Amino acid sequence: MIEIAWSNFTPWSALLGGILVGIAAASFLLLNGRIAGISGILGGVLSPAKGDIAWRIAFLAGLIGAPVVWLLAAELPPIEIKAGYPALIIAGLLVGIGTRYGSGCTSGHGVCGLSRLSLRSLAATLSFMVAGFVTVYVIRHLLGV
Amino acid sequence: MKFSLASLFAGLVFGFGLIVSGMANPEKVLGFLDIAGLWDPSLAFVMGGAIMVGVVAFAVARKRTLSFLGYHIKMPSNTHIDKRLVLGGLMFGVGWGIAGFCPGPGLVALGAGETKAAVFVAAMVAGMAIFEVIERNRARA
Repeated sequence: MIEIAWSNFTPWSALLGGILVGIAAASFLLLNGRIAGISGILGGVLSPAKGDIAWRIAFLAGLIGAPVVWLLAAELPPIEIKAGYPALIIAGLLVGIGTRYGSGCTSGHGVCGLSRLSLRSLAATLSFMVAGFVTVYVIRHLLGV
Repeated sequence: MKFSLASLFAGLVFGFGLIVSGMANPEKVLGFLDIAGLWDPSLAFVMGGAIMVGVVAFAVARKRTLSFLGYHIKMPSNTHIDKRLVLGGLMFGVGWGIAGFCPGPGLVALGAGETKAAVFVAAMVAGMAIFEVIERNRARA
């Protein structure tokens, strides 16, 4: 039985935010001809080919700068990080290595890959979604953290 | 220059989308991943909204060879579902489930000045660097 957390459910802001993410991926594709995959864009900075780094930095600056620009006009919605430092370090290492081995993350495989109906990206998306669900189940319900 | 400006724009809008949607908040993400607890299905709507727009964009891109700024449209050519893809995805998913951060939201939360996000991003970049080293050694072997 699935119980819905109705008091936390925010379908409209989620949909609007999703549409913005879609517009970002669409502009990147239709203006620059590239897939907006964040792990790939970041990973590429670590082994840069000539002339292939400025745009990566620009994209990442936009992403990191978004909350700064946002703050000029409004307060940021809450960012609650409950994981402790050791957990954050383990999580970061797994996300870093995993996204590079799997050639993508939620943006490249999840948003762009599914949008272009790629079976490979569907397989990747299912892999990280299932692992995410199982991990949270283990942590919250089996270990009770 | 045009290419980098368009990249900056895309990154900025992407970041706004993550903030508006709630994806930048790990607790919200974990609420979505916690099916056995009180489940918050909101993030399915983020994916849905993004893909609605994305499907149209990719349908347009498929009919063109050059982007509107005149760059070659590069689509991934690999269609293999192999061990690397699945194991990498599983590893990423475990990390995602531990902290509630995937790469984009980690970077946005870093920009918001969250110390914990900075630690996550530093570890993530270290993970990517470890991957590069392993790959380079493998290529040499």
